[in-house]
Order: sequence, then structure tokens, then C-alpha cells
Amino acid sequence: MSDKLVVRNLYKIFGPDPDEAMRLLEEGLTKDEIFARTRTTVGVRDADFAIGEGEVFVVMGLSGSGKSTLVRMLNRLIEPTRGRVLLDGEDVTAMNNKALIAMRRKQMSMVFQSFALLPHKTVAENTAFGLEVSGHNRAQQGAQALKALETVGLQAVADSYPYELSGGMQQRVGLARALATEAPILLMDEAFSALDPLIRTEMQDELVRLQQKDAHTIVFISHDLDEAIRIGDRIAIMEGGAVVQIGTPEEIVTNPANEYVRSFFYGVDVSKVFSAGDIAEDQVLNVFQRADVGVHAALAQLRDHSRNLGVILEHGNKFRGMVSVKTLAAAVDRSGETRWEDAFIRSVEPTPQDVDLNEVLSRVAASAYPVPVIDDDGTYKGIIDRQILLQTLDRAG
Amino acid sequence: MTEGIPDYRIPVGDWVERGVDWVQDNFTDVLDGVSDGLGLVIGSFEDALMAVPPMLLAALIVALAWWRVGWRFGLFALAAMALIFGIDIWKETVTTLALVIGSSLVALAIGIPIGIAMARGDTVEAIVRPVLDLMQTMPPFVYLIPAAIFFGLGKVPGAIATLIFAMPPAVRLTNLGIRQVSREHVEAGQAFGCTDRQLLLKVQLPLAMPSIMAGINQTLMLALSMVVIASMIGAGGLGNTVLTGIQRLNVGLGFEGGLGVVLLAILLDRITQSFGRAKQGGPANARSGLIVRIKQTLGKTKQEASGV
Repeated sequence: MSDKLVVRNLYKIFGPDPDEAMRLLEEGLTKDEIFARTRTTVGVRDADFAIGEGEVFVVMGLSGSGKSTLVRMLNRLIEPTRGRVLLDGEDVTAMNNKALIAMRRKQMSMVFQSFALLPHKTVAENTAFGLEVSGHNRAQQGAQALKALETVGLQAVADSYPYELSGGMQQRVGLARALATEAPILLMDEAFSALDPLIRTEMQDELVRLQQKDAHTIVFISHDLDEAIRIGDRIAIMEGGAVVQIGTPEEIVTNPANEYVRSFFYGVDVSKVFSAGDIAEDQVLNVFQRADVGVHAALAQLRDHSRNLGVILEHGNKFRGMVSVKTLAAAVDRSGETRWEDAFIRSVEPTPQDVDLNEVLSRVAASAYPVPVIDDDGTYKGIIDRQILLQTLDRAG
Repeated sequence: MTEGIPDYRIPVGDWVERGVDWVQDNFTDVLDGVSDGLGLVIGSFEDALMAVPPMLLAALIVALAWWRVGWRFGLFALAAMALIFGIDIWKETVTTLALVIGSSLVALAIGIPIGIAMARGDTVEAIVRPVLDLMQTMPPFVYLIPAAIFFGLGKVPGAIATLIFAMPPAVRLTNLGIRQVSREHVEAGQAFGCTDRQLLLKVQLPLAMPSIMAGINQTLMLALSMVVIASMIGAGGLGNTVLTGIQRLNVGLGFEGGLGVVLLAILLDRITQSFGRAKQGGPANARSGLIVRIKQTLGKTKQEASGV
């Protein structure tokens, strides 16, 4: 994944004396101390990260943590005090007004928390807004707007006015307006925060679906962790203007950088953070390669280790089945040739690794045995039993 | 010398007098130009309105009232027209209407751009605001005199006085309307690559339109309220009727003139308000109403015709 958007040592200081504030920052003073001394507010301090092409990068933080400021510096709705923003290697912060406007028209579009649709324009006209200001002709505007509206499923209301639509539909128009310019980067400022929970989830799913079809590079501001986990490839957590941690949802949940980050996850629904593949363990059960061992040998080994269960794999570590001492013994006792198939526990079915924890929970609860986990090719990844599940839930709580 | 008051004098009055003299001596051409221009605007308005047959103009006003406000108000307009014909003040009413609309248009042509400039620059606002305060609080009689000195007697100084008195709300409400456009709307405009000019024309002005329309309405109302005062320097119209009534102690005549002003005020007020108000948050809300309404009406007819 190549870097689409690179942020280097970005600072924003609001107020009368940014230079003095920068000096105090270098001395190591906090945001509050600097405000008390100079009446200047540190909006963002030393943000430094890279966002890959096609990545959904979520910026999280409490209000006042600088996340809105950070995102607005990417398209320079807010001018950075120091530092650089590089788009495909080109310095956005050094652009003159003309280049900046061209960049906004072609490279970056934006979705707003309050939708910010124009009440005097129809849905189609609103969607075409970006094309209108960049001077596309009417036919192009109409065609591209309609395409964008189809993408979000709103072509039927193209001639309605925004006030005739529900909040969720209005935000779909906001999204369509951003998609219509075909800009590769979307900035989404708390885009779903004003919607009620059900619609919000629906819109998140919609965004995930859009990403699968046509991947944009998305910078998404949110204060909702569940949302960040649902849609984010990586999450950046901001506190007092500084980015305190960047990582995948799993990394941040398992290994929070400080108490502030940890507090975000207090009471969070971990079942959405982890999938089956994340928590499956492959050291718990004895593993037998079907080609290497016979049924008798497996039974003997299990008894030796005083283990009850074993997993049988085929060449390439493909999962074949799970056996217990009891089923192995029964297969051996049966007259004639002993076959592995006779020893497999019939109720055990493998679970794909991308199944989320909620689903795993119900499978583990319903089964008397641990649940084996496989990847897309059927390769064995490990098992999840009740103990592993409880440990996971406990760690996150 | 009154006790306790420090003994010095600042000759503000003398300065102003000297200033007026100086302007009159040195800017004769400019003053004449303003006079001719304004006279042309007001005069042509009056000529145009006078050229329309009275019954046709009255019918147009009734139709406008009916269409914009409703059938009840249409009936009211009908009664008002009948009354104006009945007390024989039609000519005066038209003269006043021309003066009011003409000077209001000039006031708006100057005021709205100033309001826009104010909204875009805090320095401009800081300079213009006290000037507006001065224009609104200074008693009109005070600038009636220099207006008469500069432009002689007649409609032009009347229009100038009306202009000064009526412009401030247009400036203030344009400024306010633009400043009240939400931050996210402005950011949306910028984020999609609007130039400053596009931002103004496509985002700020349309969203400020209800407020600007309220300013236009206020300007018209204030212009109308200057009618009587302006007639003192010969602006004519309904104000003249009232003034004559007062001078002759003719209560009846004064009342007739006053009634004409009131009827005109109600008609102008309700009709202009209807352009600004429309449906809250609706399409007619923003784009000055008329064009959108026509478009909508046409659109509906088209849809009905095609059987959709």
C-alpha cells in the first residue's frame, strides 16, 4: 500500500502569538500551561503519520482534542502553523490559491456533520455542486450526479429538496456530493454523528460496502469507538492536540498507549473489535497430520499426554476434523479397517476466521467442544474454547 | 455662563457649515451629476407608472397581492384600490410609489454591496457601523436642509433624504445574513473548491436571502415613512396631501393623505414579505422566491401534462 497522504510535523496554534507558543511547546509545556501564559491555544501539536491509498483512517478523540482541526488542515480549510501535508508527494501546504482550489476540486472532497446541503438546490443540484463550481457543463453535472446518487441509492429523489428528506437521506446526499467529483480522498467530519443509531449503523455498512467496490482513501473523524472499529483500517487517537497512538483497532484495544486511550475502550463492545482469527490458539490441542500418524498412534499419544482432544490436518494444514479419546477408542474397537472418518466428532464444524466474536460466542456456547477456526483456504488457524473466550472478554473489560 | 460647566467651545456647527459650503463650491459637477442621475431614476419610474392606465395598474397590484399572499389579501387590495380611486388620491399615490421604489432601489444598490463588504471584513464593519448609527439616529430634518442646499427643492433632495434614512437596514441585514451562514456551509463551499466569488454567489448570498429580503422590506417601509417629511422640500405625492391638510388645518384632507400612506404601506409590506418568507427551509426561502416559484409551477404543470 503506497502512501497517499503524508502528514509531517503538523502544528496548529490559534491566537495572537504562535511563535511564542511554539517555543514553549519545545520547552515541553502542556496545552493548558501555554494557554495560561500566552492566551494562545494549541490546536494540533506535531501530528506525524502517513495514510495509505485505499485506507480508512479514523481520527478519534474527545471534543477539543484537535481532530477537526487536524482534518481541516489536510485541505487547508484551516491553515497549518507549521509542518507539511503531502498529497501523492506534492506539498499541499506550499500550494498557491489557484493550485489549492484545483486540488480541492479534483483530489479531496468532504462530508460534514450537519450535512451542509444548500436548501435552495435540489438533491441532484446539491450532488453536482462540486462539478458546478469546477465549471463542468450541465450535461456532465447531471450525468455524474445521477451516477453518484445511484451509488447511494437516492436516484428516485433527485428532484426533491433537502428539507423533504430524512436526516439519513440528507447525509447520503452529502456523501453523493463528495463522490460525484470522483476525488480519490474523502474527508468525513463526524459524518454520521448527527444520525440516530440505527441509521448510523446502516450508513457505516454502506460506507464499508462502497469501499469494497471502489476504494477511496478516507480520513474519518469520529468520537464513537464502535464506529471507528466498524469502518477503520487504522485508528489515530488524539488527546490535547497530540496524536497519542496510531494502530489497527486490535492493536489499540490489546495494547493501549496510556490511560486516556484505555478509557476509550472502557465498556466497549469487544465482540466487534475481534474476529475469530484474532483469538484462535493453535497450541491448545494436539495436532496430527493425517498422512503421518495412524488412528492407533494418535490414541496412544493423546493418552500419553493425558489430553482428551486432537485435531486432524491434511497436507497443507487443511482442517479435516476433531477427535477425542473416546471417539478414537470407539473407532479402534470397531472391527475391520480403522478409518479417521469414523473417529471425527460429528457436531464439530470449522468456523471461518473473519466471523465476529458475537457469532463465535454463540457457536462456542452451543457446542460441547472447542470451535476450530480456519482461513479462507481451509487452513487450520487454531481453536477457540470457553476459556480463551472468557480471557478475551476479560482483557477488554 | 452656567455654573459647573467648563468654559470652552468646540465650533462643530461652524465646521459643518464650512464643510457644506466647501462641498457646494468645489463639487458642483458631482452634485449635478448625482442630481441628474437620481432625478432620472425617480422621474422615469414615475413616468412609467403614470403611463400605465390607472385601472390596469390597479388590477396588476390586486393580482400581485392575490398571487403572492392569498385571495383574502387580494380582496383587501381590491378594496384599497377602490378607496384610493374614491378619495381621488391616485396620482399622489403613484408619485409616492415611484419615489419610494426609486429611492429604495438606489438605497439597495448601494446598501447591499456595502453589507457584503461589511460581512467579509471586520475592519469595514468597524468603520461602517457607526456611520449607520449616525444615519439612523440623526433626525431627518437635519439632513433635509443640506440636501435642499445641494440639490434645490423637489424630488431629488427628497429622494436623497429618503435614501439616507432607509438604507441602514438593508446594509445591516445583508451583513447579518451573510455572517449567520453556518460555518459548515461556508466550509462545504470552500472544500469543494469555490473561489471567493463563487462562495459569495452560490453559498452565502442564497443562504442569507431571507435576511436580505427582510432588509429590503424594512428599507421600503422606512422610505415610505419619509414621504411626509420629504414633501416639505417639494417631493410631492401623498406627503403633499398630508402637509396641505396640516397647513390648512384641514383634518379631513390630512386623514385622506394619511390613509393613502397606510394602504400603500400595508400592500408593500405584505407583498415584499411574501418574497422573503415563503416556506421555512424550503426552496422559495432562499432564491428570492419568485423565480423558484415560477419554475416550480412550470415544473408541476409539465409533470401533470406528461401524466406523471
